[in-house]
Amino acid sequence: MSVSKEEVQYVAGLAKLHLSEEEISILSRDMNAILGYMELLNNLDTSDVEPLEHVIELSKTYRADKAHEPLTHEKALKNAPDADSDYFRVPKVIE
Amino acid sequence: MNTIDHEDFEAVIGLEVHAQLLTQSKAFAPVAAQYGQAPNTQISPLCLGYPGTLPLVNENLIRYIIKMGLATNCSIAPKSIFARKNYFYPDLPKGYQISQFETPICEGGHIDIEVEGYSKCIGITRIHMEEDAGKSIHDQDPYNTLVDLNRAGTPLIEIVSEPDLRTPQEAYAYLSKIKQIVQYLEVCDGNMEEGSLRCDANVSVRLRGSEKFGTRTELKNMNSFRNVEKAIDFEIYRQIELIEAGGEVVQQTRLWDTSKMETRIMRSKEEAHDYRYFPEPDLPPIIVTNDLLDEIKEELPELAHIRQQRFIEQYQLSLVDAITLTENRYLADFFEELVLKSDQVKASVNLVLSDVLRVLNEQSIAIHNFPLSVTRLAELLNLRASDKVSSTAQQTIFNAMLEQDSSAQELAETLNLLQVSDSNYMDGLVKQVIDANPDEAARYKEGKKQLMGFFVGQVMKASKGKANPKMANELVRKYLD
Repeated sequence: MSVSKEEVQYVAGLAKLHLSEEEISILSRDMNAILGYMELLNNLDTSDVEPLEHVIELSKTYRADKAHEPLTHEKALKNAPDADSDYFRVPKVIE
Repeated sequence: MNTIDHEDFEAVIGLEVHAQLLTQSKAFAPVAAQYGQAPNTQISPLCLGYPGTLPLVNENLIRYIIKMGLATNCSIAPKSIFARKNYFYPDLPKGYQISQFETPICEGGHIDIEVEGYSKCIGITRIHMEEDAGKSIHDQDPYNTLVDLNRAGTPLIEIVSEPDLRTPQEAYAYLSKIKQIVQYLEVCDGNMEEGSLRCDANVSVRLRGSEKFGTRTELKNMNSFRNVEKAIDFEIYRQIELIEAGGEVVQQTRLWDTSKMETRIMRSKEEAHDYRYFPEPDLPPIIVTNDLLDEIKEELPELAHIRQQRFIEQYQLSLVDAITLTENRYLADFFEELVLKSDQVKASVNLVLSDVLRVLNEQSIAIHNFPLSVTRLAELLNLRASDKVSSTAQQTIFNAMLEQDSSAQELAETLNLLQVSDSNYMDGLVKQVIDANPDEAARYKEGKKQLMGFFVGQVMKASKGKANPKMANELVRKYLD
């Protein structure tokens, strides 16, 4: 398995990252090294193993349908980079 | 070269319906999710996507979706997992939506729909759980998009149909049925205009008899039942005309424009998102035990088609009346409560089907906003049943009740509509009418019984409409028969 530079570029785009040519080269080398190491796992026969979605066996992990106090309006907006008196303010999103 | 006719084509339609659940709190955060609150006042740190926060599943999210699954004949997975759907948008602070992907909790169901005289079984592919995003407002600030996160994290279920629908009318009927079921189950209020029920449609066309599906487009932004029907209708003809003109349908997402009554492109297949689903590490699998399943089965209410059958048997209603009365759960409840309080089936049926429905239509309101309580209406029916007012007067009083809070009895008095049943008064009145019309009296005695109507009419006239017509009838018979 190998990761092409185009794939690195594509994944970077999905993550909203802008990478230089040099960074793309370094990252594709690193990613190939990591994935290559992981390929070792393919040496194991896992045909009899159930897929594991979660490491801890938990049951009854629900909460009752009750509403508690929300954050105050001031607290909710406090850490926003930009806001008006009611809303979070973000750069115009054009569909 | 227009050799292919529209009739040679058939449409293939599948619907994806999102229903916002009527829970007290959000899907994974213990804060309220009420509609119409001040912006950014129903938020917890989890809704903001703050580091260190963890989701915890709302018990009713699981219970409500299982109810929906059972009511639509789905099988319920004993184990299913949540998945992350990744995308960037300002109304989704976490950068992913918690949803379900490969293992939806409900699969393989079906419902029956009624369309213009035929019924049809429509497959339900799956029903899964997810959380809603916040609301972006693009038109209030010229330079910025404004974000309200009150809705972020509100629990939704997505109901995906098989591509079994063939006409816009079938799509409409299917959507109506889904609305009826969620309302009967009380898991969603079913209000499309307010967005608690939303619908996307996948539409393609193919030559009749062809097994292969055509290329489909996905329609969005249809915010009423009629718009769903109109948008699908428009899209079917757009695709057919495109093919007839030698063109090809391109896979894309299209928006319905209500003002122009047309669909227009929103994004092409190439621009489609890559969501990179993966199992949600912060939430353990959802295990549905048999005990839980049995418990929820017990809680299921009587659904519309069963209630309809009961109404026909218990109240001797016609099929049409039973369908109308059970179409909306709350109307059916209203009717049954009225029967219970007034102890009159027929009068209740008539009152609800004519007067109550008329007012709901005229004022464009839902039954839970109907201005008159069942108690007040029962009083009105009892007034009529005990012959204290005429049927015309009942109508007048009903209309007056809509305007003022007085009781039916009070209104009957102030509007001077109480029937006079005093026997001395009635006796004198009838004698007076007979004396004043000797010719008619003679003809009546000779056998012209149809004149009864004339005498009763004269009595009503002389009493200015207040006499009890039944009593007048009896008294005329007593003197002339």
